[in-house]
Amino acid sequence: MIERIPDLVNSDANLVRRGRFLSTTFMLEIGDQGYLVKIIEGRIAGVTPGPFVTPNYSFALRAPRDEWEMFWKKVPAPGHNDIFALFKRGKLTIEGDLHPFMANLLYIKDVLAAPRREAVQ
Amino acid sequence: MSPRFEPITGRYLNFDLLGRPHRLYIEEAGQGIPLLCLHTAGSDGRQYRGLLNDKRITDNYRVIVFDMPWHGKSSPPEGYQNEEYKLTSRGYIQMILEIADALELDKPVVMGCSIGGRIALYLAHQHAKRFRAIIGLESAAHVAPYYDVEWLHRPDVHGGEVSAGVVSGLVAPTAPDNHRWETLWHYLQSGPGIFKGDLHFYKVDGDIRGKIDEIDGRASNLYLLTGEYDYSCTTEGTLDIAKRTGAQATIMKGLGHFPMSEDPPKFIGYLLPVLEKIRGAA
Repeated sequence: MIERIPDLVNSDANLVRRGRFLSTTFMLEIGDQGYLVKIIEGRIAGVTPGPFVTPNYSFALRAPRDEWEMFWKKVPAPGHNDIFALFKRGKLTIEGDLHPFMANLLYIKDVLAAPRREAVQ
Repeated sequence: MSPRFEPITGRYLNFDLLGRPHRLYIEEAGQGIPLLCLHTAGSDGRQYRGLLNDKRITDNYRVIVFDMPWHGKSSPPEGYQNEEYKLTSRGYIQMILEIADALELDKPVVMGCSIGGRIALYLAHQHAKRFRAIIGLESAAHVAPYYDVEWLHRPDVHGGEVSAGVVSGLVAPTAPDNHRWETLWHYLQSGPGIFKGDLHFYKVDGDIRGKIDEIDGRASNLYLLTGEYDYSCTTEGTLDIAKRTGAQATIMKGLGHFPMSEDPPKFIGYLLPVLEKIRGAA
């Protein structure tokens, strides 16, 4: 799913426009597997899977694999439809420098939810 | 061609709240039993546009919606530049009672969502006799903070955008896009620090957990409706209040935290039977 994020985001001119003031690299952990997601002016410049020796990132989002799978369903069930729902249930943690995350929250939520567009159910 | 006006009248009411003069914006439509509607934190009365325009409701109810002070078209009181806005249970209750008095409403039904759903519990606890019925939408006795509200008001983050970002997931994923983004627009437009100031009531001052067992849900005609996608005021929280008070609770499928705004037709489908019951027609 996560491998599709660059194409899905970069082909969406409106989403890229909304993120145009954001350039950062953040860590996304799906269970034990980490990915560094690099954003340059709203475009996804790369998604690099770990393991990493000295990963450098602004903030990290970590949740178990089954939570991300539920999150990426076409119509997610209650409690699984938003990263804040995952926070609230204690399934997702965020740490690091939250400024780029909060200042671009609507954009980042749509980036993370992009794989839903290709979900079958 | 005649202009296509909606059947809504908007006016400004001058009244005093906690000793200070206010100029409050109020919309209304319909006739019959007064139905006083309370919007969510950081938003305004436009959330009730679907109800104000629905003849099935306005044939029997006079729907009245006000923008709380500091919200929508109700400006803050004079001198606001010298204070930090913080909503309290005391101020919120007083506001509702004084507006009902100023409008000379005779035993209105009051319906509030989120912070309005919380204050509905306070009204059921302290002022039940003044209302014909009380409808709490997305009512929870308490919501523990699950993110740092300081992000909602600081100069290096756009307050409207972050507020909309925080609440966007509370809209059900099945909500129609036009209503979803209308709902978010109200947050995108909210005044600086206003959502945060309302959350002072929602997360700090307005903890009513200790009084739930003192509420008589039957005597106060308390109805609770909560959307299944609401992770802020959860369905479990609502059902717990219903169980302890005797209130009638409905869990609404395919709706989230802003039922009247995110999908008005779907919400009205759940609301109509409640309104029929209240006016004794069902």
